Amino acid sequence: MTELVLARAQMAMLFAFHILFAVAGIGMPVLMVIAEGAHLRTGKPVYAELARRWGRGTAVLFAVGAVSGTVLSFELGLLWPRFMEFAGGVIGLPFALEGFAFFTEAIFLGIYVYGWEKVSPRLHLAAGCLVALGGILSGVFVVSANAWMNSPAGFTLIAGRPANVSPLAVMANPAWKTETIHMTLAAFAASGFAVAGIHAFRLLREPRNGFHRVALGIALSVGGVAAVLQPISGDLSARFVARNQPVKLAAMEGQFPTQRGAPLRIGGLPDAAEETTRYALEIPRGLSLLAFHDADAEVVGLSAFPRDERPNPVPVHLAFQVMVACGIALAAVGAAGAILGWKRRERLFSRPFLCAVVACGPLGLLAVEAGWVVTELGRQPWVIHKVMRTSDAVTPVGGLALPFAFFTLIYLVLGVFAARLLRKELGASPFFPAGEGDSPTAPGEV
Amino acid sequence: MPTLPTLAAGCILASLVLYALTGGADFGGGVWGLLNHGPRAEARKRLIDHAIGPVWETNHIWVIVAVVVLFTAFPKVFAVLSTALFVPLTLILAGIILRGSAFAFQTHRLHEEDGTDWWGGVFAGASLVTPFLLGVVLGAVSTGAVRGEGLSSVAGGTDAWLAPFPLSVGGMTLSSCAYLAAVYLILETDDPELKEDFRRRALGALVLVSLLSAAIPFLSPGGAPEFHRALTGSWWSVPLMGANALAALGSAVSLAVRAYPLARACAASQVTLLLAGWGMAQHPYLVRPGLPISSSAASPEMLRLLLIILAAGGVLLFPAIYLLFRVFKKKALFGR
Ligand code: HDD
Ligand code: HEM
Ligand code: HEM
Repeated sequence: MTELVLARAQMAMLFAFHILFAVAGIGMPVLMVIAEGAHLRTGKPVYAELARRWGRGTAVLFAVGAVSGTVLSFELGLLWPRFMEFAGGVIGLPFALEGFAFFTEAIFLGIYVYGWEKVSPRLHLAAGCLVALGGILSGVFVVSANAWMNSPAGFTLIAGRPANVSPLAVMANPAWKTETIHMTLAAFAASGFAVAGIHAFRLLREPRNGFHRVALGIALSVGGVAAVLQPISGDLSARFVARNQPVKLAAMEGQFPTQRGAPLRIGGLPDAAEETTRYALEIPRGLSLLAFHDADAEVVGLSAFPRDERPNPVPVHLAFQVMVACGIALAAVGAAGAILGWKRRERLFSRPFLCAVVACGPLGLLAVEAGWVVTELGRQPWVIHKVMRTSDAVTPVGGLALPFAFFTLIYLVLGVFAARLLRKELGASPFFPAGEGDSPTAPGEV
Repeated sequence: MPTLPTLAAGCILASLVLYALTGGADFGGGVWGLLNHGPRAEARKRLIDHAIGPVWETNHIWVIVAVVVLFTAFPKVFAVLSTALFVPLTLILAGIILRGSAFAFQTHRLHEEDGTDWWGGVFAGASLVTPFLLGVVLGAVSTGAVRGEGLSSVAGGTDAWLAPFPLSVGGMTLSSCAYLAAVYLILETDDPELKEDFRRRALGALVLVSLLSAAIPFLSPGGAPEFHRALTGSWWSVPLMGANALAALGSAVSLAVRAYPLARACAASQVTLLLAGWGMAQHPYLVRPGLPISSSAASPEMLRLLLIILAAGGVLLFPAIYLLFRVFKKKALFGR
């Protein structure tokens, strides 16, 4: 049992680390390509400088993302050999396709970062676009593998083994669309706001620096658009979960009794022993309305499931609240930015708005981590929904505390150094006079 | 016509060969960074970093391809190997992650802050340990000590890799990486002194590789008996070893007369032949003696689709890789 907990903790730690860099690997290339595109159209040096710097940042983050991802692909077998023995031949297709997406990303990032003086501007921009495409696709492929774990499809179970595997149906599993759309938007929202937060922070110190103004404009456009769309996509996800994994929805909402016209809970602490959720602000019939678009719909509660088939509602409910709260904050700031910047770009650089953007900087990444806690812990005790239990998937190798401590230590050191490196890169930011590139007609605006 | 499982196994071997020829040399570059003393040390270090920089990420992906094809086509084998070789595989991962991150940090000059270059040290150390252990894993797979027809029968034996035979294969792999790197690096510079530096290193590594390839057949009868029988007793054994000896000789001669492009071709052939020989001696097993290629594979539909994807992906991919090398290795590879 404790070995199982250690294996889960190690997996969670490895993912929680990797996902930060994966998000950057999806979002950052889009930012750098927009900046470079603006440079090609306007010829203004500020955009070229920005594209170069964002490209360098992407290179460092990509390197850490690539190696931490390699760790994951091995750890799937090291920690969960029985899962891989079962599922390897079923979900191989998205992983194989992902391999090609990685190749695309790595090849063209090499050309992008080291090739400024070596290839034509057109080819350079095209390389950047392919990096961005590779990033998006690798996210989509790997998340569809995860979606299959939530909604297994495309095979039949014969004597406890998968048979009649249809790889395309595996990839196009029911959860595929909602999950990949939500994750891709999350990556843009999280990286857009993280970058915008950094540049807003610098603008509070040097308000006239055109470099940070231009950067803020681009990052906020990308992050803002994604953040405004994210609640819509989240609603689709939640309604899918309500139909497909009702027990996960009940855990997300802290809903114990099965009930028509179930309330929406804001805050609150589920108590699994007493089968109730305390201290929540309840909006009558809100949950039925949101989850089924019908205020009187019946919501199945946790109590309807045997105890050994329920996820732990405490972290799932809390993480869900955190994600939704972050989502609302980001969407609000994104929308405010669009309204403020609509007529006069200058208003984006007012101190109160910059402070709001700085505050939102970490929220996207926080929401990503929280969202994965919802998805993964909400699926427990199954590793493959209703097909294989996590406890049946774990490795027979003992002594997992050692590798767990080992990787935690390595990742702590790497995290600290990656952060220091990025800070150093930003500390040496260049100065461009304000007005360069941030006039209302400048390209790069959305 | 080979069967689907054999083709899939061949794809794994092919990615391993490509990984050895490209990523292996990147590891070797790190080894020379570690053994970097004497005059021109700084120039050599810069040459190595410059040569690896734009391409190592791409080169690294071959190992991911190998793993993904392994767990897609042979899930059972992946599960058995992950369990039986838990310790060396975990250490390999630590090596991979430290090396990759250290290189990125170092390239972006983090160390200047406090004047010490300890990321450089981490990079070099990880470059030593990782290929060594990768070789150990390949060796362990051949010993016959990794037993298991399925997971239920992997019985505690997680120390199969701690034996003279796998350890010597590890040493062989490490020295091959260093050898490849030295030969490639000669062509990466115009500086005659640096060329001579790496020529000397290439010759030294070649001697080590040759000694180890001569020693391993003496270890394998005891350490990997079935593998040894297949390696030495098949119809292809003599031609293969002959070709290998010829490549080694060709490399030595062309290094001696400074015909560097030829030396590189010979060195790459040597490494390819070594891995091909390993693969042929493993055939028809993935892991001797319990896991034959034919009966541990995933469903034929999966294999067929996987092979189609690999073929289609290859058609898109190789031109892109060609472009990458064309841009950054123009002189070294294309002579201008
Ligand atoms: C910037 C990040 C971000 C933001 C702002 C949101 N989410 Fe989210 N959410 C994620 C990032 C995320 C995620 C980390 O990307 C997850 C984990 C798995 C996945 O596909 O996306 C996720 C999962 C996830 C799930 C679980 C899906 C499953 O288990 O299959 C639901 C129901 C929601 N989200 C709903 C929402 C709602 C209603 C939001 C309203 C604002 C919201 N999310 C904002
Ligand atoms: C394919 C894409 C996958 C993604 C994106 C993903 C993502 C995540 C994330 C982010 C976490 C951390 C949650 C936390 O912080 O607590 C996590 C936890 C976990 N993942 Fe996944 N995962 C994936 C696949 C897998 C696979 C293949 C397994 C193999 C069995 C797995 C098993 C687990 C387990 C056991 C945990 C710990 C959950 C717990 O503590 O209850 N996941 N995953
Ligand atoms: C089962 C879960 C996962 C596995 C096995 C996995 C595996 C990998 C591997 C092997 C790499 C290295 C590729 C390279 O060298 O370039 C990688 C990188 C990457 N992964 Fe993951 N990954 C997982 C989860 C995720 C998730 C949830 C996402 C995000 C949606 C993601 C997105 C990426 C991206 C974008 C990269 C490229 C590196 C970067 O840009 O930082 N991965 N992953």
